[in-house]
Amino acid sequence: MKNNLILYIGILIFGIAAPFIFPAFKVQLSILCVLIILATTWNIQGGEMGYNSFGNILFYGLGMYLCASVQVGMFFPLAEWTESGGEKTFVHTPTQFFQGMAVGLIVAAVVPTIVAGLIGYSILGLRGHYFAICTLGLGVAAGEISGGIEIIGAGQGFTTPPFPNVGSLELRGEFFYFLSFFTLVLTFVAVRSIYPTRFKLILNAIRDNEDKAEAMGIETMKYKIIGWMISAFFCGLAGGIMGGLVGYIDSTDVAFDGREMGVFMVLMAILGGKGTLWGPIIGATVFHIFKEGFWTFFLGWQYVALGVLIVVIVIYFPEGIMGWLREKYPDRFGEVVDEKDRKAQVELK
Amino acid sequence: MRLNKIILSFVSALVILFSTSVASFAKVVGDKIILGAAISLTGKYSSNGVHTQNGYNMAVDRINSMGGVKVGGKTYKFDIIYYDDESNPKRAAQLAERLISQDGVEFMLGPYSSGLTKAIAPVTEKYGVPMVEANGASRSLFTKGYKYLFAVLAPANLYLDVAIDLAVEKNNGKPVSVAMAFEQDAFSQDVRLGVLEAIKRTGSKKVIDDKLPKELNDMAATLVKVKQMKPDVLVVSGHTKGALTAIRQISEMKVDVPMLAMTHCDAAKLSKQHGKNSQYALCASQWHKTLTYKDNFFKDGMTYDADFTKEFGYAPPYQAAESSAALLVFKDAFERADTFDQKKVRDALAATNMQTFYGNIKFAAGGQNVDKPMVLFQVMCDGDNCENKVVAPTKWASAELIHPIPSWSKR
Amino acid sequence: MISVQACLDGILLGILFALIAYGMALQWGVMNIINIAQGDLVILGGYIAYFMYLYGIHPAWGVIVAPIIMFFVGIAIYKLVINKVVDRDLFISILATFGISILFMQLMNFAFGADVVLANSDYGTTMLFNNNVVLPNSKIFSAFISILFAICLVIYMKKSKLGRAIRATAQNARAAKILGVDTEKVYAATFGINAALCGVAGALISITFTIHPYMGLPYTIRSFMIVIVAGLGNLPGVAMSGMGLGVFEEFADYILGTEFRIGSVFLLLVLILVYRRFKLSRKREYLK
Repeated sequence: MKNNLILYIGILIFGIAAPFIFPAFKVQLSILCVLIILATTWNIQGGEMGYNSFGNILFYGLGMYLCASVQVGMFFPLAEWTESGGEKTFVHTPTQFFQGMAVGLIVAAVVPTIVAGLIGYSILGLRGHYFAICTLGLGVAAGEISGGIEIIGAGQGFTTPPFPNVGSLELRGEFFYFLSFFTLVLTFVAVRSIYPTRFKLILNAIRDNEDKAEAMGIETMKYKIIGWMISAFFCGLAGGIMGGLVGYIDSTDVAFDGREMGVFMVLMAILGGKGTLWGPIIGATVFHIFKEGFWTFFLGWQYVALGVLIVVIVIYFPEGIMGWLREKYPDRFGEVVDEKDRKAQVELK
Repeated sequence: MRLNKIILSFVSALVILFSTSVASFAKVVGDKIILGAAISLTGKYSSNGVHTQNGYNMAVDRINSMGGVKVGGKTYKFDIIYYDDESNPKRAAQLAERLISQDGVEFMLGPYSSGLTKAIAPVTEKYGVPMVEANGASRSLFTKGYKYLFAVLAPANLYLDVAIDLAVEKNNGKPVSVAMAFEQDAFSQDVRLGVLEAIKRTGSKKVIDDKLPKELNDMAATLVKVKQMKPDVLVVSGHTKGALTAIRQISEMKVDVPMLAMTHCDAAKLSKQHGKNSQYALCASQWHKTLTYKDNFFKDGMTYDADFTKEFGYAPPYQAAESSAALLVFKDAFERADTFDQKKVRDALAATNMQTFYGNIKFAAGGQNVDKPMVLFQVMCDGDNCENKVVAPTKWASAELIHPIPSWSKR
Repeated sequence: MISVQACLDGILLGILFALIAYGMALQWGVMNIINIAQGDLVILGGYIAYFMYLYGIHPAWGVIVAPIIMFFVGIAIYKLVINKVVDRDLFISILATFGISILFMQLMNFAFGADVVLANSDYGTTMLFNNNVVLPNSKIFSAFISILFAICLVIYMKKSKLGRAIRATAQNARAAKILGVDTEKVYAATFGINAALCGVAGALISITFTIHPYMGLPYTIRSFMIVIVAGLGNLPGVAMSGMGLGVFEEFADYILGTEFRIGSVFLLLVLILVYRRFKLSRKREYLK
């Protein structure tokens, strides 16, 4: 346990110091934080509960639109803000900006949670790939429909309030970095605290055999919905932060970006190893670095590389990096492996 | 817990990786002025993204081979760092951030499409990086008070409102009925606003107002409505995809409208892909090769057309021409500012007043080019040979507008 | 009249969807694979027809050439990727084929350019009901060809040896293996046939609509939806629900407006799945 504490403090210090050590990478690091949040929360119901969702993007996009709308709507008429031809320019004062952001983030976290609770009963009754495809449809439908709603900019897109002019240029990057980093810490603490509980065991039971879990007297539906609501809460937060960070919301390309973000969060979790605490974090980091690298060195070919990568991951590392490590060095994971047992296994192969 | 060791070594590997890849570029290296650009090489805008890139490259080669840029008594050459924004605004904003803070770029060129420019502009504005963009026409770009954004093109609301005026004029000044089909994206929606204003101004009436999805390849439903309502003008805008789909289905469904106004006809190579079916389509364009503007680098439109065709194997759409013009503007501004100070270059850009083969360039306070009108051309066919001929404004018209479009049964 | 037009448009469109969906139902039933790259195979088939058109051959011949080429493309994909995920979790196959889909999109973008293209057939137009209803002949042609291919395939599945082997594998792969069916070969053939069907559909789409490297996903989703509604191994059902989807889309377009067309399709998918869940759960309770 002592080791653990040192590790956590080390990472925390690294996280706080990072924007000052690598000032040029602040935005990259903030995006990394958001990616980790998404992968970790996907892992709650994808990895632990066995419900492979493509639809968490729904909460992410919802959070993004809500946060920006609240931030604008609190002080100015929203319709005039999003109207393209409008000659009026509205400028947030610093106080307005931060107040709006704070309230916006709260709304962005709470509303998706409620939505998840409401639709959870119908959607989580679906099993296996029906659930996966249904959530995929949900994400795409949300994107297409929000693209038709005038008040949030429709096809024009929604420019989020620009960061107020206070002091140095670096402040915006630092603000968003710390916002996303502390949300990440919050997410991690929340997920970490779930791990030793009965709740997590119930989720695992649902994954391993839902019918049996039900037969044991567990109200599986209740726990499934709670699991999904936890994901929704943090996805909404991540979306709200990302909206402010990008500065421009487009319905299908930024907010309900099921084709990219929606799939990436699944991939990151699988790459790292689903059903583990650290897997999604490692997966997201590796994935982000890989992708950024390819952007620079293989102009235009990054998607080819990505396609190949996905196929390779899925075929050869379905257990992810953590799973691979666990197989290779089982003793490092605190698993006691009997020497005879291992020999027997080798002989069997 | 040995697991911690793994994670710790992983974190330290990460640290090393990040610290080794720190900014290696700067704004001016040796005799090179480095510009940054995020271009759509993949995704839904990639065809126009490539036009943009070709336009930039053409101008860079031309300027470099004709002596480069003279600043402070020294000659510099242009160089561009490209990234692929995947036609995604989020990526574009991220890349702009990356170009500026990681690669140290101090001058930017614009991406393709209004949506992506809208995503990038707040970033360049924040860092005070002057950006000359050639493909973001949405008016909302110019009402946000951006100081470092300069667009060589006319704003999107001016694209097709001329067509409505023209239709009213042909209708003896009486109001007309208008059917509209616009794609759900920043650019097309802004064109729509311009058309709406023209409708209001002329007292005309809109009878259909459809918004096409981004993954559009079937607009039969809209056209059925058009057949039923029989409007005087049909306006379609949806980048290349919209233009091609519209012509295909209009010709197949034999939809008769007196006037068909569109955007992106030349980028879609309409006359090549559809031949005679595209005849009489009226297209808004920022530029046409027959316009009589001149400059020292590309001479005039006809020469640009010939040179571009020689180099890239296809006739330049206006997206390429305006992109080339963006570099001419940069060169001019650098030489007038005579320094690489961003603020001074910005001021020089704001004071730009020049003529290029693409048109006159003079920026209003919002950053849009106010000295260059839009042109309308009509696809006209002689046998199987189709050509785009300018019909409005009258100053450059090389042919008379054919109105109304003869019905399909008479063609 | 407008509703007659919408119905006919929808049905002709739906038949095309049904052809793609039939391929999906086949591989899903036989191999338990959901192929996200389905739409991209369709687009690839479209490019084959387009290139024939470019070189002066009438694109209608693409209907013959595209499936032949696509059959081998399908087998190649099977040998490289699919045979490694065939007996794994369905979710794994979704992800693997998603990777293939990204790969294909990008390779097509490099190979053919990102321009929107189409192949002109010059088939003209049919007018009905006093010129009030217009049907492009190219749409009628595609519907006709789709039906022809579907019928041929059904007969082939019933009569030929390979067809029977495929059906046997679909029913019980293990038993088929024991009885001497080379399931590996059956799987490869199934995937090849599916790709060939996609090729036909793609060629038809390039004749009737437009194609673009990034346009595949909507076709995948639609065919998935059709299969869900119809159920596996139910060809008349696939045809009916395909046409139903086509008609639904056209009407959604009129009633809700074009901007909600795709959104309403996906929402319909969600509603159908949820309806299915409640129907099934009622059945379960009954069994108690």
